[in-house]
Amino acid sequence: MAEVDIEALARGVRAADKSFVSRALNLIENRRPDIERQMAELLAVLARGATESHGHRVGLTGPPGVGKSSLVAVLARELRERGKSVGVVAVDPSSMRSGGALLGDRARMAFDPQDQGLFVRSLATQGALGGLAHATHAAVEVLAAAYDVVLVETVGVGQTEIAVTHVADTVVLVVQPGSGDVLQFLKAGVMEIPDLLVVNKADHGATASRAASDLKSALSTLRQVGAGDGDLDVILTSARDRQGVDKLADALARHRELLGELGVAQRRSAGHAAWSVDWLARRVGTLGLEALGGSAETTALLAAAVRRGQPALSAAQGLADKLAIALR
Amino acid sequence: MSKSPVREASKKERPWIMRTYAGHSTATASNELFRMNLAKGQTGLSVAFDLPTQTGYDSDHVLARGEVGKVGVPISHIGDMRALFDQIPIEKMNTSMTINATAPWLLALYIAAAEEQGADISKLSGTTQNDLMKEYLSRGTYIFPPAASLKLTTDVISYTVKNVPSWNPMNVCSYHLQEAGATPSQELAYALLTAMTILDSVKAAGELKQEDMGAVVERISFFVNAGIRFVDEMCKMRAFVRLWDEITKERYGVADPKQRRFRYGVQVNSLGLTEQQPENNIMRIVLEMLAVTLSKGARARAVQLPAWNEALGLPRPWDQQLSLRTQQILAFESDLLEHGDIFDGSVVVQKRVDELCEEAKREIEDINGRGGAVAAVEAGIIKQRLVESNAARLSAIESGTQIVIGINAFTETAPSPLTENLDGAIMVVDPKVEAAQIESIKAWRAGRDASAVKKALDDLRKAVQSGQNVMPPSIAAAKAGVTTGEWAGALRETLGEYRAPTGVASATLSQARGPKAAEEVERLRARLGSLEKKLGRRPRLLVGKPGLDGHSNGAEQIALKARDVGFEVIYEGIRVTPEQIVASALEEGVNVIGLSILSGSHLELVPDVLARLKAAGIGNVPVVLGGIIPDSDGKRLIEQGVARVYTPKNFELNAIMADLADLAERAAG
Repeated sequence: MAEVDIEALARGVRAADKSFVSRALNLIENRRPDIERQMAELLAVLARGATESHGHRVGLTGPPGVGKSSLVAVLARELRERGKSVGVVAVDPSSMRSGGALLGDRARMAFDPQDQGLFVRSLATQGALGGLAHATHAAVEVLAAAYDVVLVETVGVGQTEIAVTHVADTVVLVVQPGSGDVLQFLKAGVMEIPDLLVVNKADHGATASRAASDLKSALSTLRQVGAGDGDLDVILTSARDRQGVDKLADALARHRELLGELGVAQRRSAGHAAWSVDWLARRVGTLGLEALGGSAETTALLAAAVRRGQPALSAAQGLADKLAIALR
Repeated sequence: MSKSPVREASKKERPWIMRTYAGHSTATASNELFRMNLAKGQTGLSVAFDLPTQTGYDSDHVLARGEVGKVGVPISHIGDMRALFDQIPIEKMNTSMTINATAPWLLALYIAAAEEQGADISKLSGTTQNDLMKEYLSRGTYIFPPAASLKLTTDVISYTVKNVPSWNPMNVCSYHLQEAGATPSQELAYALLTAMTILDSVKAAGELKQEDMGAVVERISFFVNAGIRFVDEMCKMRAFVRLWDEITKERYGVADPKQRRFRYGVQVNSLGLTEQQPENNIMRIVLEMLAVTLSKGARARAVQLPAWNEALGLPRPWDQQLSLRTQQILAFESDLLEHGDIFDGSVVVQKRVDELCEEAKREIEDINGRGGAVAAVEAGIIKQRLVESNAARLSAIESGTQIVIGINAFTETAPSPLTENLDGAIMVVDPKVEAAQIESIKAWRAGRDASAVKKALDDLRKAVQSGQNVMPPSIAAAKAGVTTGEWAGALRETLGEYRAPTGVASATLSQARGPKAAEEVERLRARLGSLEKKLGRRPRLLVGKPGLDGHSNGAEQIALKARDVGFEVIYEGIRVTPEQIVASALEEGVNVIGLSILSGSHLELVPDVLARLKAAGIGNVPVVLGGIIPDSDGKRLIEQGVARVYTPKNFELNAIMADLADLAERAAG
């Protein structure tokens, strides 16, 4: 790849020029060490220009088959109609055997291909656990610099969907009527308590509203024993009939407002720290982490760096460089 | 010993209806073709419609670009229908229309045109295909969501059983399921499931009484496929007869055995026809024809044979004549029709039929256990099974365990005089046809009573919204001069549009057959692995199906195979526009693009994609093309920038994958 003018690339991304956004995403997906430097630089430049309030990052998670893709499509449409530009990151699993993947998100198909206010990028997990691809974090950073709202759709592996809390300001758990397992996960603490609960496929009528009321009562029990915080909205949607999607969009905006600047900053800072640790662990391995003083030490170090306002990837790269020099 | 041929002939069974699938360019040109075929002794008409007509667009719609008059005749309004049947007495014809999502509309136009000729509507006979299930699974010309489609099909049945009693309102088509990869037992199961879904819906609709069920069942016909394994295929037909008799008796309480008889037409397999040594196809077609004619107890009512050169492009009248003569020789020269069922009592046949019935019943139970056919279609389960069966078939051919003469065995050939001048051996639709058709529809719109059209469309919308039968307002709309695009547009507004699952995402490839094939796959995976290192990311392939052509089997197999060797594959299903393909390519950052087009519209669509890629700043992404692409067209497209052109003779998917990897690498520089 030829030398890239990072400043120009960042300008193009901020202007939401699709060809620049696409090139920036190609760059951040690239795992060649020389390219990762450029990526860190790009993210640092983008971070400099951003205010904390810029871009609302919404993660949608939930078991496979609940209709997340269709919901993302109708939600994107609703947001577009409200005048918001929308970036979508859709994560699909890679085959462990071949490394290949079938992506192809349908969200895009419902839109005019000329619409400059919608951008969809699919990512494959490539062996990453936690329901997201390694590149997700950086992809969200890029899209958030270009679009008003970024929707992140996870693989939907169920109980291991932790990673989404590290990229989203608002986490939406999507379930379908008659799926009690979600509640079990919440109770067992396997799944983080989401910010919003959506019961999709509400076209199933009575089953759906019963599921919603079951969830509500169970959640209030959970809250009484101290799990979870605040009021959790439960929203009924039908992606098929485009029902309840306006309420979902309202609830998302409400949650964003409720978080406030400070809340958003805290979440993002925690997410950046978690990502930098994840990146470093992949780069240097457990042996490398030990050499850097152990996993807990490095985590604390990176969290502190991120709190000081250092770009997460640059901080992690600094540690990796330190190790490389020590080894030489 | 010798009898006179005349006396012998009089003892013979009446032969089946002989058809050739025809229609192209314009209504007037198709009308000439029909009249010529009727003069040659053809006994029924089988109308092919172009893709815009099948998917409910007028010839001047943006999606119709390049498709007008290509795979059939464009019928945009009653004027076109009039021209199509000019000097052909509709009342006396048996007309089979290959039409599905817009079946209520084309039937409405047909009825309106017949009335103009002074025909007695109750005497009309023929068939509307009207089977949407296989459209979702294979052929791809659906418009509306499954439940809405089912309602429309039901409307046509309820209407015709009362008003056009000799009409076959729906034709359960397992033909396309076999093309999509169905094994004989899958073909049996899915066809019968489709029929049961329809009959259940008719029953539930309540327009007809229980005592009418016999009449309904009697009017449901089937359209099946017959492949080259002709003994198996013959047994499959006997299994159909047996299972249909059981189902209609037990499930629908039809007492009259005559009404329970399995009636079917056949188009024999085009899938197995080869581009290499195409003359061999004549023999394949004959064998496949035998499967559906040999046994009297399970003999087809109507047979249409493909042309020997279908794998090369659109057949000419002479090619179709050869197919018709093939049938005539079997029916009139041979002694086949003098005998009773020549397989009754055969132990081997009996055993195979038993097996097929058992397998099919198991599959039916399995699907019903998952909520029935509609649910299984919506969830993509049936589609996924077909994609897997097809992948297994292709891999067997590639590895040589399934022999196809001229493809993976006996490939040496003397120069063929039949294909010496290849471009002369197929028919080409004049590109001026589209422009003329567009002019004519504009003139039509300008020349009609606008307020009558508006009223007809309002009535149609109201009827659809309130759940009334769609046929009466459609016939009124036909008479008022409404166009195909307007009719479908009104229904799109009220019923919504649908995109079916591709079945690819969850399909799995069976293990490569034999150590050599497995080694090949491993080599490709390693190749992709090292390419990933070089590119810094997994190579990405976009598989695009531009245009209205819904034959997605090829695209699906490429997508599946590419994932299996390690590509990240973007596949967004059928009926995407060049604009959408380019938007996806840009947003997804792909390294190589594969387009699949089988309708003959490649010369319009492919250059359009290339130009738009350039405009989007990604003109360096290599584009390959697969489909039925005549040689000279392929050359032209390569000159315009297409990197590779693949036709049915490129059956080695591994070789295509290696090409794609090379192209992605070269583009990266």
